[in-house]
Amino acid sequence: MFLKMITSSLIRRRSRMLVALLAVAIGATILSGLVTIYYDVPRQMGQVFRSYGANLLLTSENENPLLSEDVDYTRNLIPADKLVGLTPLRYETVRINNLPFMACGTDFAGLKKTSPYWLVTGDYPKDDSSILIGQSVAGAVAAGIGNTIVLTGIDSTGSPFSEKFTVSGIVQTGGNEEECVYMNLSELEKLMKNSGSLDVAECSLASSGSELESIAGMIELNVPLVKARLVKRLAKSEGTVLKKLQSLVYIVTLVVLLLTMVCVATTMMAVVAERRQEVALKKSLGASNQSIVCEFLGEGLFLGAVGGVLGVFLGFMFAQSVSVNVFSKSISFQPLLVPVTILASVLVTGLACLLPVRSATEVDPALVLKGE
Amino acid sequence: MALLEVKNVSKLYSGGSVKALNDVSLTVEKGEWLAIMGPSGSGKSTMMNIIGCMDKPSMGQVILDGKDITQESGKRLTQIRRDKIGLVFQQFHLVNYLTALENVMVAQYYHSMPDEKEAMEALERVGLKERAKHLPSQLSGGEQQRVCIARALINHPEIILADEPTGNLDEANENLVIDIFKKLHAEGRTIIVVTHAPEVASFAQRTIVLEHGKYSKEIKNNN
Repeated sequence: MFLKMITSSLIRRRSRMLVALLAVAIGATILSGLVTIYYDVPRQMGQVFRSYGANLLLTSENENPLLSEDVDYTRNLIPADKLVGLTPLRYETVRINNLPFMACGTDFAGLKKTSPYWLVTGDYPKDDSSILIGQSVAGAVAAGIGNTIVLTGIDSTGSPFSEKFTVSGIVQTGGNEEECVYMNLSELEKLMKNSGSLDVAECSLASSGSELESIAGMIELNVPLVKARLVKRLAKSEGTVLKKLQSLVYIVTLVVLLLTMVCVATTMMAVVAERRQEVALKKSLGASNQSIVCEFLGEGLFLGAVGGVLGVFLGFMFAQSVSVNVFSKSISFQPLLVPVTILASVLVTGLACLLPVRSATEVDPALVLKGE
Repeated sequence: MALLEVKNVSKLYSGGSVKALNDVSLTVEKGEWLAIMGPSGSGKSTMMNIIGCMDKPSMGQVILDGKDITQESGKRLTQIRRDKIGLVFQQFHLVNYLTALENVMVAQYYHSMPDEKEAMEALERVGLKERAKHLPSQLSGGEQQRVCIARALINHPEIILADEPTGNLDEANENLVIDIFKKLHAEGRTIIVVTHAPEVASFAQRTIVLEHGKYSKEIKNNN
């Protein structure tokens, strides 16, 4: 009979209950959506921050050069799902038209991942005879895309070398990179007649804050000759932005929950007010306050559960829409959010019902049934 | 022993300046049909609320089925009302989202256990078996009042307490309701009808008249 009364009340008084259900469902939708975003923001923002460059540098622990084999070993230590890119870099001084420049040997496939913000006019080198030159270099030696330039210098044995290269592209970054010449690491090693040593390796990791620090610590622990340094500028600002964003989402979620509670409480107040006569009748028939509380709370919790279920799915659509429009990426469905949203929705609705339900127990059947 | 004894009952409001009931006494025997009459403001409703365990007297004593219920708590009065009183209202007061059958079963639910068969039999007694699945909005005033009577009877109360049971009905439906009360009285039920209509009161065995909260007179009706 209890269930019959609750379901009949909900079904046969549709319009009023739809208003309450709408309030609960909207609250649950925002809650579910914002919590999804709350947990997905670090991933999304992490990917956005990766476009600003590497956030971890590998250097040698001492004065000796960084060994390629240590970098390869480190690459295997980093969790694959966290490693966006790793680029080895070796710098040597070369001359072009007797002007000194810095030549950098690197892996262009890795470079594209760790420095996606580079603006390259033309193409990245596709073979060992092609190079990428900074815009300053291009201006200084009056070289353009497709031109041939000659690099000269002294190799590791002290012998001079001279080699022709074709300019495949010109790089613009607004930084020191524009004063360098970039070629394949293997080609630079061939020119310098030695291999296996590097100056630095840039890592781009999809993590921030303490997680990034723990990965750096893990590298230093396992590869004694490698020093892992955080790029503080990026790591710190990433952490700060994420923290602020998460705080914002947290506050908005709380405000929405509060508003939902107020909305449901107001609707339930109206429901109780318009059903005072029914409450009075039930009391006159012998219903205890406990029965009245159970019935109204039952209706409220049922609405909370249904609103929660609706909120789970609408919230995911809401979060997906936000993610696609703001981050241009889709999000994954979090199964844990189903019970969390339903429970939160039931809890908020239950709390919102307390005051209206209390007023229902204060109905005096003698007064109300007489129409006073 | 009388089923109900109301001894020197007064009900005061506004700190004692308003006396809704002033030293009223009455007795109702088991199986008796009593009418309480009086004009508006005479204290009929207050008397009904006190007899119906929905209010407590300020002074005096109410003894129901041999037990003094004057000082009982609100919770205990609810239990007594549930077990011993069947209420019939002028405005019918049916739960608008429940069918006629469910409205009868609600009273069973608060009393003990809902029993659809028994509830249907109660509706059959008032001639509404065919309307059992209808909502109150689909029933006429007379039919709603008959559902209200079926609901009042379902838990086999000691007293059927009716407040202006025909006040909202046309003559045909009034006769139907009076006929039901006659049958119930013939079966030995105790009925107290609060009314301002002499023709309704005339079907009772006795009529007690209240005026300005005081006992005025008693009329024997030879029924």
